Amino acid sequence: MTKQTKKSMFSGSRWQLYVLLAPFLTIFSLMIVLPVLSSMVLSFFNFDMVSTPTFAGLQNYIRMFLHDDIFPIVLKNTILLAILTGPAGFLLSFVLAWFINEFGRGPRTLFSFMFYAPSLAGHAVYIWQILFSSDSYGYINSFLMSLGLITEPITWLSNSTYIVPIVVAVQLWSSLGISFLSNLSGLQNINTELYEAGAIDGIRNRWQELWYITLPGMKHMLLFSAVMQIASAFSISNIITQLAGYPTVGYAADTIVSYLHDVGTVKYEMGYASALSVILFLLMVGTRWITNKLINKTGR
Amino acid sequence: MKKLREILHLPRINEAKRYTRSKVGNLFYFIFLFAAGMFSLLPMIYCVVTSFKPLDELLVFPPTLFTVKRPTINNYLALPDLISSLSVPLSRYVFNSIFIAVVGTVLCVIFSAMSAFVLSKTDIKYKGVIFTVIQFALLFNSYTLAIPQYIIYSELRVINTYFVYLLPTLASSMGVFLMKQYMDGYVPDALIEAAHIDGADWFQIFGKIILPIIKPCVLTLTLFTFLGLWNVGNSGTIFSEQLKTLPTVMSTIATGGLARTGSSMAVSVIMMIPPICVYLISQSSIKETMGSAGIKG
Repeated sequence: MTKQTKKSMFSGSRWQLYVLLAPFLTIFSLMIVLPVLSSMVLSFFNFDMVSTPTFAGLQNYIRMFLHDDIFPIVLKNTILLAILTGPAGFLLSFVLAWFINEFGRGPRTLFSFMFYAPSLAGHAVYIWQILFSSDSYGYINSFLMSLGLITEPITWLSNSTYIVPIVVAVQLWSSLGISFLSNLSGLQNINTELYEAGAIDGIRNRWQELWYITLPGMKHMLLFSAVMQIASAFSISNIITQLAGYPTVGYAADTIVSYLHDVGTVKYEMGYASALSVILFLLMVGTRWITNKLINKTGR
Repeated sequence: MKKLREILHLPRINEAKRYTRSKVGNLFYFIFLFAAGMFSLLPMIYCVVTSFKPLDELLVFPPTLFTVKRPTINNYLALPDLISSLSVPLSRYVFNSIFIAVVGTVLCVIFSAMSAFVLSKTDIKYKGVIFTVIQFALLFNSYTLAIPQYIIYSELRVINTYFVYLLPTLASSMGVFLMKQYMDGYVPDALIEAAHIDGADWFQIFGKIILPIIKPCVLTLTLFTFLGLWNVGNSGTIFSEQLKTLPTVMSTIATGGLARTGSSMAVSVIMMIPPICVYLISQSSIKETMGSAGIKG
């Protein structure tokens, strides 16, 4: 397109563009941009929602790293859960999509529904609560007891050994949805000519094809689904609270998000809660950066 | 070329060069995927089965997971009674849920499409910066931002109003992101140029040209937004029972203990119907929409 046509194309009344852009941008700035910026500022203050904020310098951060016994535990849990669910969820959603992609339309539709079902079932998390119920009526307990593997019912959800694996399983089960769908669509939209060209260039097996053609061909989709996984892996809190309440035994499975919720909306220490959010933002942005680097390595 | 290959009985390029799976491999993958799929579907099946169980089968020991000997619809018939014991009539919860889901979804889809159109098809200033910020915001959901958003709610005095359900959804950058990528990929600039020459202004171009051709993307976003709003909870920002939604009813019934399990499952089965319908309507559009959704790193 030449400069000339470009100019004529964009010569409409410009105020209309701002009208079109305004509703979303206003709400977005108010609910996303402002919160992120205000957390950064508030993290250097003491603020209880009632009195005027007072400047606290680095106090909140010093307290977090040196004087708070709970923070190291929730930080460790957040990272642990993110490592266990993020990459696993990402790989799982890709592998499932890859397997499904080569089937015909019918099986593909069926499997897509099956793997998206947890997202559709919404409040189904409490079904896991029933399955892992700690008396002998709990399904898992009664099943293990009838097999003779255990004699006493296990208190699954209030036992610090079991709660983490259970949370990981439930999170994986419930968070596959969107990255699975985007990976599947990414696979289906790769230009088939690339495969033909690859064959001519000496691709010898499915693994080479995957590494040299498929993965680089859907790089942008991979990054999108990775971002979705990062977003959910670092914000696990709802399912923990629903399964095991807050706090879990010895904070065994509580994350930064569930902790900052407690600090903020129960104790009203907004400055400290903001400092916790800032650490969480840094973790997420850092992870996104590393993921981006890793994805760019495919096909080399 | 193609003809020649057919005459010589040479395999077509696609078939010859793609390393597809063997028949046995296919069967193996099918069984594997089916098993994994059943695991993923399991809680849904459990819900449906349990909702048809009579009371004595719910209490039987050892409990049975997926079998029901004498299916009954009593759990569904018992719902009106259980519901009449709620402090607020059920119709209120139903209204709240539907109102929030429908209004939120419609506004979210329209607002997202409007800004995506400007970001994708015009030369407005700073559009690159705005879109980069939007892409980064995909990382932050309303769990991560819970505390600062809570402060904003309280400053805006919207705590305990419908706004706390709607605002996080309307602010979500997912919609604009998907729409913008889709328009970049599927809406030719020439179309807009032609409309301009015919004398259409931006509003007309958006309403008459863009909206009709981004239908797949609209459907996909409708699914995601509707799912989110339909299942939305009210974590510490809604206090009056009048403003609560259907998930609250479900948890109220569920707290009634083991004997109520059947009825609470009946409620969740009913709750699942609208999302499944929306999924079935939109599922064919998802592939097209998501296929253009990549992030250029």
